[in-house]
Amino acid sequence: MEPVHLLIAIIIVAFAASPLPLLLQRCGRGYAALAAALVMAACLTVLAPLVAPVMGGTTLLASFAWLPDWGLALSFRLDGLSLMFSLLILGIGLLVTLYAYYYLPKHDTLGRFYTLLLLFMAAMLGVVLSENLLLLVVFWEITSLSSFLLISYKRESHESRLAARIAFAVTGGGGLALFAGVLLLGHIAGSFELTQVLAAGEHIRNHDLYAPMLILVLLGAFTKSAQFPFHFWLPQAMAAPTPVSAYLHSATMVKAGVFLLARLHPALAGSELWFWVVSGTGAITLVYAAYIAFYRYDFKGLLAYSTISHLGLITLLFGLDTRLSAVAGVFHIINHAIFKASLFMAAGIVDHECGTRDMRRVNGLFKFMPVTATLAIVAAGSMAGVPLLNGFLSKEMFFAETVGHPVFDEMRWLLPAFATLAGILAVGYSARFIHDVFFNGEPIDLPRQPHEPPRWMRAPVEVLVVLCLLVGIFPQWSIAPILHVAASAVLQQELPAFHLAVWHGFNAPFLMSLVALGGGITLYALRHPLYAFYERLPSVHASIVFERFHNGLAGFSAALVNRLDNASLQRYLALFFTFVLALGGWAWFSAPASPLPVVTQPADAASIVALLMLALAAAGVVVLHRQRLAAIVFASVIGLIVALTFVRFSAPDLALTQLAVEVVSIVLLLLALHYLPPASPAEDSMQRIMRDAALASAAGVGLGAAAYAMLTSPFETISNFYLAQSVPGGGGSNAVNVILVDFRGFDTLGEITVLAMVGLAAHALLDKLILQAPTHDADGRLWARERHPLFLQMLMRPLLPLALMVSVFIFLRGHNLPGGGFVAGLVTGVALILQYLASGIGFAAARLPQRLPLFLAAGLAAAAGIGALSWLFGFPFLTTAHGHITLPLIGEIELASALVFDLGVYLVVVSVVLMVLAELGKLSLYHEEKT
Amino acid sequence: MTQHAAILPILIPFAAALLQLAAKGYGVAAQRAIGMASALLGVCAALWLVQLADAGAVLVYALGNWSAPFGIVLAVDRLAAAMALLTALLSSAALLYASAGFDERGRHFHPLFQLQIFGLQGAFLTGDLFNLFVFFEVMLLASYALLAHGGGMARTRAGLAYVALNLAGSALFLIALGMLYGSLGTLNLADVALRLQAPGIDIALARLACVLLIAVFALKAALLPLSFWLPHAYAAAGAPVAALFVIMTKVGIVSILRVQAIALSPAAATTTDLLDGWLVPLALATIVFAALGALAAPRLRDLAAWLVLGSAGTLLVAPAFAQSTVTAAALYYLLQSTLVAATLFLLAEPIAERRGAFADAFKSGPVFHAPWLALAFLLAAASAAGLPPFAGFLGKLMLLSALRDSGSAVEIWSVLLISGLLVMMALARGGSRLFWARKPDMPPTAAPAVGWQRATAILLLVSPAILLALFARPVADYAARAAAQLHDPQAYIAAVLGAERANIAREARP
Repeated sequence: MEPVHLLIAIIIVAFAASPLPLLLQRCGRGYAALAAALVMAACLTVLAPLVAPVMGGTTLLASFAWLPDWGLALSFRLDGLSLMFSLLILGIGLLVTLYAYYYLPKHDTLGRFYTLLLLFMAAMLGVVLSENLLLLVVFWEITSLSSFLLISYKRESHESRLAARIAFAVTGGGGLALFAGVLLLGHIAGSFELTQVLAAGEHIRNHDLYAPMLILVLLGAFTKSAQFPFHFWLPQAMAAPTPVSAYLHSATMVKAGVFLLARLHPALAGSELWFWVVSGTGAITLVYAAYIAFYRYDFKGLLAYSTISHLGLITLLFGLDTRLSAVAGVFHIINHAIFKASLFMAAGIVDHECGTRDMRRVNGLFKFMPVTATLAIVAAGSMAGVPLLNGFLSKEMFFAETVGHPVFDEMRWLLPAFATLAGILAVGYSARFIHDVFFNGEPIDLPRQPHEPPRWMRAPVEVLVVLCLLVGIFPQWSIAPILHVAASAVLQQELPAFHLAVWHGFNAPFLMSLVALGGGITLYALRHPLYAFYERLPSVHASIVFERFHNGLAGFSAALVNRLDNASLQRYLALFFTFVLALGGWAWFSAPASPLPVVTQPADAASIVALLMLALAAAGVVVLHRQRLAAIVFASVIGLIVALTFVRFSAPDLALTQLAVEVVSIVLLLLALHYLPPASPAEDSMQRIMRDAALASAAGVGLGAAAYAMLTSPFETISNFYLAQSVPGGGGSNAVNVILVDFRGFDTLGEITVLAMVGLAAHALLDKLILQAPTHDADGRLWARERHPLFLQMLMRPLLPLALMVSVFIFLRGHNLPGGGFVAGLVTGVALILQYLASGIGFAAARLPQRLPLFLAAGLAAAAGIGALSWLFGFPFLTTAHGHITLPLIGEIELASALVFDLGVYLVVVSVVLMVLAELGKLSLYHEEKT
Repeated sequence: MTQHAAILPILIPFAAALLQLAAKGYGVAAQRAIGMASALLGVCAALWLVQLADAGAVLVYALGNWSAPFGIVLAVDRLAAAMALLTALLSSAALLYASAGFDERGRHFHPLFQLQIFGLQGAFLTGDLFNLFVFFEVMLLASYALLAHGGGMARTRAGLAYVALNLAGSALFLIALGMLYGSLGTLNLADVALRLQAPGIDIALARLACVLLIAVFALKAALLPLSFWLPHAYAAAGAPVAALFVIMTKVGIVSILRVQAIALSPAAATTTDLLDGWLVPLALATIVFAALGALAAPRLRDLAAWLVLGSAGTLLVAPAFAQSTVTAAALYYLLQSTLVAATLFLLAEPIAERRGAFADAFKSGPVFHAPWLALAFLLAAASAAGLPPFAGFLGKLMLLSALRDSGSAVEIWSVLLISGLLVMMALARGGSRLFWARKPDMPPTAAPAVGWQRATAILLLVSPAILLALFARPVADYAARAAAQLHDPQAYIAAVLGAERANIAREARP
């Protein structure tokens, strides 16, 4: 295979094989572990052939398109830095896999654990192998998500879940900042591919957006690498099982942040801003976390803070921004990964064997587990920077870089002093870890009797400690080659000359190391007064603060939501009207003055009187809206005047329809209102009434003004087409009806569907509804006992056939003269309603068709079916045809296919009226049966 | 048949509804069979339509053979076709889910469901503004009945506010159309665009009419401060109904996009500014409000409803810019956010069943074991939170990049990213409470099996979170083509009104 294919294969294998442990766990937990180990080994095998070229200085690139127009590509890069990280991730991953098998309880089948671990590992590999920066962000956030699932592995425990959420919020939030920063960086550099970005450093640093971009990217790096003040998630994350901590907090998760600093070093570093922000943050974190670590009595917490401190050290090294400091940074990444992984695992063994992590109780374990103790002591020595161990070498390089850093010309002592202080603290907490756990008297009240762990549980620690020694004693032979290519990849230029050796002569760094060692041991010797002092300080628990913050924010949100949204329809409507008024007013008044003339017509006395009545009736509805009957009477006045207005302006069709609609809706309204409780709800406050009145007036005035403007302004319209085409195109001389059934028949089809749904909805909503009809009216008078006066019955029954004939007549003439299916349907409806009113539901129900929805469907089918018929002739839906026939008595009628459509309309209208009637009737039927 | 392709997605559900009404006597199995047949045919028809529309020409279907602007036309461009397909897919999944038993909890569920699809498809495909009003009415009526389906106090209460507010919106819609016809003398969108550029129109009146139209769409799209109805209504609706409703806010958003792109923005300086200055701030406020609401949400279905609001706010940022890249990004975001939010609604029900009295409230509850539900939730939640590698992340990526040079990038980026973080926190808390926080002393609740219908529906809706990411390029490219087409109003106008558009007979009045 081509090297580029192998590069892709690593990621594919890692992701695709991650569910394997979950699938294999049913065969036994050993299979799950084996699967995980094999996946990692497979990744290493795929990586193996690529090592040689990369060590030779080649950068391997592979690219596939994903979302090219938006800059996202599946492009990968293997250079020294990614190789070094890949080896760490896979190597320590393998050790953790072995370790976890023994560490996690026997009843855990491990499938979920290893799958999550593999997923996380794959994402980490993705981060370090990405060539495309957006792709890096993709993997970055997958590490956030998968670490969330890993940290909350003990999901029943509230502490674990909270810790996971804190880590997720901080690192995921940082990921969002990084996302934004990368988008800006890609914009500045003109590409998201690292090769281009790294080559554009000069251009990037001089760009206007450099500062915001840098801050955003650094936010991403600092949150992930737990830099102050974002460090608090890391100690919380110790709630995770120890293998997870050993993996996440040594070689992987937290290293992603410093990896980013290293990766983007050529593009971003080299400015004052970089120097101050990165080295400042690193320095504060270094000392602050070391100081806290010294006081932790939970040894896993101690290691957590020491991790933060070491990450601060690495950050500081990249911030110092000399070429050699970057080399030292890379070197310390490796060293820290090795000794911290072994320390976490050793700590896990102790925890596992003792059942507690409290150093006030865990003492004197050396004699119970001498091998583990020795291993832990060596690793802790490396952490402290003891000579002959790997930690010493990189710390020495760090000290050397602080001495004589060019920026601190005036105060050249400051940086070395700071570094030495951090060194003292590091020795102090390392001494505490070694002495408290393994010596310091006897264990106190341990839950379990400690002893050496199983052979293979200790093996990973042994491997790592051997590495500590190898690197520490033979650096030039063991680590120099990989460090060389990795550092070259970071700097993207020739490395400065440096020599890895245990002994550099008696110089300033060595002196600082000696001071640190001596100072640290002195510090530990003085520990008791210091602990006593620290205990008196107020303690802050990140988890409590976070939970309080989260709950506070949620509480604030809930309060805000409830404050704004009181679930009141009045408020919704008031907001809607305010919104419309504001927006409409703005649109209206921001328009240029109209040059159009104002065209007015004279008003006649009758119109004026009618309009005044209309206004009065409307006012009456508002004033009397609590007296429902009166309000409805006023509403019907409005309807009647509207009908008269239609007549006045020569629209008999509309007038007819308006009248019929008015009658049907008023009757149905009255029937429905009968069931409402007679008592009126409480009066609104005066303030509310004033508000509503103001809104209503503004809306009314606004709409009136707009209507006036519309009616008095000349305009051009296509209306004439309908008048001109009514007879030749639509085959009817009643343009209104032709518009309804032909020109805009599709609208009518939609509207009768709406009507049909009213029927269905009434049927569905009133189903099983039981309402108690009132026996008294609002003034306490009894309703009449006589429900169906004989007089009315006798009058109404002969009216039915008459009314039906009228409706047939109206229906048939509709295409040419005022009328049509809709009005005819309403007339039929009124006639049927009258029967119901006169004779009662029992009478009506017996004579109504049982399956009204079927009639609805038939009506709709008639309308749509005749429309679809036109397909047969190659015309679009609803195309009509027409011709003439002459019927006896009625005369010549225009027989248009639209007539069938109109029949559909008629059927739907009648069925809906009947359905609503039947539903309302059922309510009263229940009532009748009771009385 | 090709010439009728445009109307098929509208007529198929309509015909199915009629058949279902006619087949009332044959039991629920017949109803379901007709419904599923309609869903399948609908998806096929929509796919076909997408393919036809992607040839690049706007498909115009003149109903009754009356050409625009006199008759009603359907005008199907890539955007409309994509929305038709999304509607078809979403409604198929929701219907399948409902067929597990929800459909039997009330009357007429199936015909109403089909008519809801009829309304949605009509609204997306029509090129006539009055016809759009008609389909808004169809949607409103159907949605009101569907919202109430299954009964209960919460549904009735939310339904009342929903229907009353929307009736006010419909009234305003009608007023706006009246003003439009009274000032421009036409109702066809393309012709409105043409008329807005013509001399001698009453500019103030036309602006008022257009802005009222936008206000109605904003109500549908749930723009703050017109958005309060949404969380109540969506959280109260039954799971499959809520899932279908997710697309209803999109009708408002797409309408704003379309009216802005075709009619408002090209007109020489008389209406171009109508969305300026207010839409983006309110959209951003909607996003923030929704993120806070999500953080405060006590139950999964509430959370999902707030997420719908948040994605509506996010999408409403887009129209104000009238830029092809922004619209393309918004379109991709729309597709994925619709499907993901719908998934969360569907998941809430089986989760609630397993937690007994605790339902889907974010509280420690009884022990239950449902790894597939947990996995589906994880996928949907991660995508909803905009986490990679899911489609939600890509949507956010496109939006952020497209809006980078928008002039208010700082505000928009900050709001999008910070709200993303809040949503992430809300989902992490909600999810860990639902699935992990257990009261060990509580016995497991006997829950009905998820069943193949519900499982398939969830799978159908959650898989796009991955598929849309995996095949992001073809989808994003389609979105880019759709956006480019949308922002070429002259081509739309030419397609709808034909060559004779300069000679449309108009009469001066009075």
